[in-house]
Amino acid sequence: MKLTGAQALIKSLELEGVEVMFGLPGGAILPVYDPLIDSSIRHILVRHEQGAGHMASGYAHATGRPGVAMVTSGPAATNIVTPLADAYMDSVPMVVVTGQVPYSVIGTDAFQECDTVGITMPVTKHNWLITDARDIPQIVREAFHVATTGRPGPVLVDIPKDIANQTMEWYWPDGVDLPGYKPTVKGHPKQIKDAARLINEARRPVIYAGGGILKARAAEALRAFVELTGIPVVTTLMARGAFPDEHELCLGMPGMHGNYTAITSMQKTDLLIALGSRFDDRVTGKVGAFAPDAKVIHVDIDPAEQGKVRRPDVPIVGDCRNVIEELVKAVRAEQSKHGKPELGEWIGQIRQWQVDFPLHYDQEEGGALKPQFVIEKLRELTPDDTILASGVGQHQMWASQYWKFHHPYTWINSGGLGTMGYAVPAAIGAKVGRPDRMVWAVDGDGCFQMTAQELVTATAERIPVKIAILNNAYLGMVRQWQELFYEERYSEVYLSPDLPDYVKWAEAMGCVGMRVDSPDDVGPTIEKANEINDRPVVIDFRTDYREKVYPMVAAGSSNDDVILDPSMDRPGGR
Amino acid sequence: MNPRHHILAVLVENKAGVLTRVAALFSRRGFNIVSLAVSPTEDERFSRMTIVVDAEESPLEQIVKQLNKLIPVIKISEIAHDQGVERELMLVTVKASADARSQVTDLTAIFEAKIVDVGYESLTIMVAGDPEKLDAFSDLVRPFGIVEAQRTGRIALPKLARQPVKLRSVKTARA
Repeated sequence: MKLTGAQALIKSLELEGVEVMFGLPGGAILPVYDPLIDSSIRHILVRHEQGAGHMASGYAHATGRPGVAMVTSGPAATNIVTPLADAYMDSVPMVVVTGQVPYSVIGTDAFQECDTVGITMPVTKHNWLITDARDIPQIVREAFHVATTGRPGPVLVDIPKDIANQTMEWYWPDGVDLPGYKPTVKGHPKQIKDAARLINEARRPVIYAGGGILKARAAEALRAFVELTGIPVVTTLMARGAFPDEHELCLGMPGMHGNYTAITSMQKTDLLIALGSRFDDRVTGKVGAFAPDAKVIHVDIDPAEQGKVRRPDVPIVGDCRNVIEELVKAVRAEQSKHGKPELGEWIGQIRQWQVDFPLHYDQEEGGALKPQFVIEKLRELTPDDTILASGVGQHQMWASQYWKFHHPYTWINSGGLGTMGYAVPAAIGAKVGRPDRMVWAVDGDGCFQMTAQELVTATAERIPVKIAILNNAYLGMVRQWQELFYEERYSEVYLSPDLPDYVKWAEAMGCVGMRVDSPDDVGPTIEKANEINDRPVVIDFRTDYREKVYPMVAAGSSNDDVILDPSMDRPGGR
Repeated sequence: MNPRHHILAVLVENKAGVLTRVAALFSRRGFNIVSLAVSPTEDERFSRMTIVVDAEESPLEQIVKQLNKLIPVIKISEIAHDQGVERELMLVTVKASADARSQVTDLTAIFEAKIVDVGYESLTIMVAGDPEKLDAFSDLVRPFGIVEAQRTGRIALPKLARQPVKLRSVKTARA
């Protein structure tokens, strides 16, 4: 069967099980958009290529399947660099197809030409420039294989226009041929045994669960491991939901804006069990002062993470689920030989911290609306399995702190790259992947203005996401740093609460727009929004601009120096 | 021999753009390449790169692990200085007018080098050997005046097994 390169590309995507892709056509990718008309693949037409990338990312987070985006060459390709970098930092499986100028004119500064493969090399797990239409099925198979196996990540396939128009004899390869790519899935048995011994000897152990738990679909395995060992768990920003917040051994988020107990338990532990986490600077604070008395077991599928920041006592390279399941067996064997260790004293200490230093804010009756209150109300009034997306900044930290996560894959945010504007498109992608779920985005007013145009996409495609803007009229996190570390010299952080008018803007994009000023209106307005299922909803919550994110560990400080909410008149508050 | 210099023998797929991926990774992670030599191997699907890196032991481990993550990189071995045979090639044009010419040709003979081009006022000489030998030759001809010099990157292969070869494959390190 003879096919054009473009037809072969679409057929290959169908055979890889792609059901939906996010994109925007243009000159160089025109040939590929033609066979798309006859394809089973749903295409979501975005308003900006960055939106396509983040939607693919949100889709991947929510479904576990690779997100697919397709855009044209030149400026379209550069517009999708940010989502690629974002997905690379957060290990999100994505396949991005870009058009390229004809192969025959590459290097001549042709119209809308740029070196897409060169530009995206540092922000993709791998990328390909197709130079022969016969390679298309093989490269597409390899692209999906690389994106979804090992440590997942984004990949990019660049297809020149003349290659898309070439004809080729169709085939579908049996497998991939990548001699240099063989991820280690199974942990080394001796390392697992060593780890089990350390686990059974520890008296103050803590599990440091990272995003790798979710990538490896290891939430159930983690639960079994916790229930066997009785060891408390901190869930990083990328792992919120990987272990349920209502579980008595869940300590919540550690790090720069983590809660006191999660941070301090890691400082005082004698055994840190890192599962799919990477010792990010936002978690460790000053590395030299992080978890000073702890031995470290580090489970990660990426060998380069072992010893990158902290040298582990027992490194285990392997898939988190696989390794945790093996650890469960090995620890059970240790327990039957030596008995189960007594952790009562340690758990008692943790309980005391939880009582003494809880998360804290004051919502005064009739006072200014507190952002934390909005998030608590939102949680109270939405279904258990609601998916929550967020942008980057104060609202993101409050969302992670005050939302109660009951299920894995219900939290979608930009952790590593910290991409403002992530929330709206990511929420849209999540809703496309999980139409059965309610999807809310908590966004900041600064973030919202970066990608709000994608709500036009959402209205047009009937994707009813709901957006809660915590509008404090500032680039709030930057303001917080200027207040605390730059002597209240506020440089270029004021945005205005009324410009733009978020309600009118929402309505102009075909959404329902609502505004809330007082705490009393929060609940009823959320309930109204929950009733709307035929279009997106945007609520402009006017929140108190003075509110800051606490606790806080200042950048470069030791995690021993936790700054608590100043209103907390308690020992340890500084 | 600079103890911070490590020789990596990197087997890669012989495809377009692989050199860029390897070189870009070094600069991205903040490492310096001292010298680099690339050529196809006896099996033309693969190329071998000999990379001399300037790094301490622990960052070296990280760069090797990051290199291993590149899809076209198949295998990386570190060749310790006492475990390998290292060679470089140098072409050097030296001023050698009539009165100095015989001294330069003497040195060429002592170093088992070869004169590959002759001009009225200068000679171009090819020297091959381990890096120290090339350094020594450069030092000795410098007083006559070096017009131009070009060295290839270092190439290296592990010493043959009179005792078992100690190739340190970093990929399998402990894990």
